[in-house]
Amino acid sequence: MAIENEQPAVGLSKVAVSETHGEDSPYFAGWKAYDENPYDESSNQSGVIQMGLAENQVSFDLLEKYLEEHSEASSWGIGAPGFRENALFQDYHGLKSFRQAMANFMEQIRGGRAKFDPDRIVLTAGATAANELLTFILADPGDALLVPTPYYPGLDRDLRWRTGVKIVPIHCDSSNNFQVTPEALEAAYECAESMNLKVRGVLITNPSNPLGATIQRSVLEEILEFVTRKNIHLVSDEIYSGSTFSSSEFISIAEILEAHDYKNSERVHIVYSLSKDLGLPGFRVGTIYSYNDKVVTTARRMSSFTLISSQTQHLLACMLSNKEFTENYIKTNRESLRKRYEMIIKGLKNAGIECLKGNAGLFCWMNLSPLLEESTREGELALWKVILNEVRLNISPGSSCHCSEPGWFRVCFANMSEQTLEVALERIHKLMEQRKSKET
Amino acid sequence: MLSTKASCSSHGQDSSYFLGWQVYEKNPFDEVVNPTGIIQMGLAENQLSFDLVESWLRKNPDAMGLKKDGESVFRELALFQDYHGLPAFKNELVEYMAKIRGNKVKFEPKNLVLAAGATSANETLIFCLANPGDALLLPTPYYPAFDRDLKWRTGVEIVPVHCSSSNGFRVTRLALEEAYQRAQKLNLKVKGVLITNPSNPLGTTMTRDELNQLITFAIAKNIHVISDEVFSGTVFDFPGFISIIEAARDRNLESTDVWSRIHIVYSLSKDLGLPGFRVGMIYSKNETVISAATKMSSFGLVSSQTQYLLSNMLANKKFTSKYMKENQKRLKKRKEMLVSGLKKAGIECLKGNAGLFCWVDMRHLLSSNTFEAETELWKKILYEVGLNISPGASCHCTEPGWFRVCFANMSHETLQVAMQRIKDFAERSSCSGIGKSYQQNMSSFRRKLLTSNWVRKLSSSDRDEQER
Repeated sequence: MAIENEQPAVGLSKVAVSETHGEDSPYFAGWKAYDENPYDESSNQSGVIQMGLAENQVSFDLLEKYLEEHSEASSWGIGAPGFRENALFQDYHGLKSFRQAMANFMEQIRGGRAKFDPDRIVLTAGATAANELLTFILADPGDALLVPTPYYPGLDRDLRWRTGVKIVPIHCDSSNNFQVTPEALEAAYECAESMNLKVRGVLITNPSNPLGATIQRSVLEEILEFVTRKNIHLVSDEIYSGSTFSSSEFISIAEILEAHDYKNSERVHIVYSLSKDLGLPGFRVGTIYSYNDKVVTTARRMSSFTLISSQTQHLLACMLSNKEFTENYIKTNRESLRKRYEMIIKGLKNAGIECLKGNAGLFCWMNLSPLLEESTREGELALWKVILNEVRLNISPGSSCHCSEPGWFRVCFANMSEQTLEVALERIHKLMEQRKSKET
Repeated sequence: MLSTKASCSSHGQDSSYFLGWQVYEKNPFDEVVNPTGIIQMGLAENQLSFDLVESWLRKNPDAMGLKKDGESVFRELALFQDYHGLPAFKNELVEYMAKIRGNKVKFEPKNLVLAAGATSANETLIFCLANPGDALLLPTPYYPAFDRDLKWRTGVEIVPVHCSSSNGFRVTRLALEEAYQRAQKLNLKVKGVLITNPSNPLGTTMTRDELNQLITFAIAKNIHVISDEVFSGTVFDFPGFISIIEAARDRNLESTDVWSRIHIVYSLSKDLGLPGFRVGMIYSKNETVISAATKMSSFGLVSSQTQYLLSNMLANKKFTSKYMKENQKRLKKRKEMLVSGLKKAGIECLKGNAGLFCWVDMRHLLSSNTFEAETELWKKILYEVGLNISPGASCHCTEPGWFRVCFANMSHETLQVAMQRIKDFAERSSCSGIGKSYQQNMSSFRRKLLTSNWVRKLSSSDRDEQER
């Protein structure tokens, strides 16, 4: 957990000198080791392979092809008549054509099972900004949000750092595949109350990071029932919604609301981004979709602090308005991710390693608990260091995701070539062989 | 159900500054389609030099097409979300910033943090320097949106430093002290002073003497100085621009404490006219601030697509030199056109040498020396004359009757139409009187004109003193 510095450096704020940005955790330490000795297929074959970065690099060829065939998306036409209007456009409502395209894209991802109104879409520079912004709007400093564990390490910074809001974990464990239960929800709520914290909402990531699995319909219903009963908000971070391996397995909270005729929906807000599905984290494209008018209006005003470059809005409006492109992309991307997933699961199984059954995302949730010297956080970190320094793979230890059971690791598979993934799997295989021979 | 921040009105959007925009949007002027519509003169945009940028774009399709020497760099850019920013872009930015300052100061890329516009940069800096409940001193009049940018989510307070027309709205040591005392009485801990130099809405650059007063004050009170220099590239006339960093360096303060308490905010929205691209930045020599601000920039990174385009553009030194020179020339001409047009209508402006607007003195047109009368006049100008200008009250000016009028966000022809409308209005006002009889109005009009001439003479001699 973050340590608050008692004595702020002369003249700076408490926020500036606190460690709530979380960058001293192993999640980031592994990156440093990778940066110092990065694997390269030709020039550094013994380097550290980065498996701690949830990026999607499997579908770039589709994007490149689109850009080649549609230069008007990246330019503004010869003579650039659209350039000035675009360069001047800083309206926090965002480009209407872009919002329309986003709404359509989000509908397509959900197989048309939910409808999205472009006027409820608020644009932000990435989901990082969207999550923080929503927290500013839904909670006051000192209030709490409930978040199921394990969760994306970046949430510690995004939800807490500048907002002053606290996270109270909803403990999930492997006994039921880390699914959220009504008991766990209640326990978290009571825990917050016992600490005198006012709970303002629940934030779920669906599909889950780091689990790599979609949340079941029944669980979504239970969560919705819980937040309605407690009269609190529900934020559903659906940034991996386009990265499910089959089109039918992802159920968005939007579909649940639609089935309920949008009753009580003003407490629900969806976060989305193009960083994962489209592999464009550098372009900074995030959105908030809220069923609450006041939240939409306020979020829009606040988005002034984090607008998307109009140049980028223009490019993506063109791209995402092209139905032929988006349909093909969604389908092909899913296929490619599924193939990668199957490759890593097979490779890990051959090495005697089990993973949580996953169906989405850019990573798998690997169970290395049998390898722990001691079934503790320290034991997990010791194993993590071995894997980082000796096997030379940077993977994310479950403790950095606040997992309550030691021994689980998140392993990314979509941010590298197939060859590199093969090399990584070979190294893991070797590690497991060494361990087995030690035992005999 | 929602947070206090969501329910309060610190976003400031209920002010007249935004009301005028709403009215304009319902009935916008168009030379052809709506010649009687409202002319937008409340938007500080620079539309005068787009042709230069467009010409560069046409000659450099690779930069737009995400290519380098014909090869696609799309993948690298698509994945690039490093909050340290594209190195090539930061290298070009620091050179560009130095060029604007006549290369009298040098900047290091490692001390530059990118943000999604100066709006984001200013807020991030406040998060780094002040705790909720702390205060910042801001000279009035100031940019209306500071109330949102500096206070809304940070929980920090603004205590105004009152400046008046008696000395051309210059910041004085007395005014700074007085504001500091006022903050103390309110039990507010002052963490810094934020200046905008060149000033919005005044359209003037700060004198070396003013800058020195500020620095001395910051040393004495052990507080920060934030210098928002977003308009530094729009200085088109004497006496030229002196950055806070130049003033501090000229006093040999580089190895003293205060050097790490001076921070600059900049953006490409004003001089390059690219507000839509969201390119802002913080420059500071304070390592802790840079470290914290860099991490915070995760909440407002600049699109890598845009970083790539602009790093290419700024790398072309011939282009930047030509742009700077030509842009300044055009701004100067446009300003002179507005000033002379207003003069013909019997309206004076504060003498300015920068920015995209004039600070206009309409005190003689007020029915009374009150802000109610100013609002009345503003509404008249909005609804009857059909011009959306910004009333001084929205900029927290302490004297009623001043207005900010923008000149760079429209065509030459549109400005001419606006000038004609003002002239007609002034003639009508002097004949019919606004709430006063003709005689009263004419004599008070003349008296005020004489007074303001006299005041301006006084203040310009003040300025001459200070510059020596």
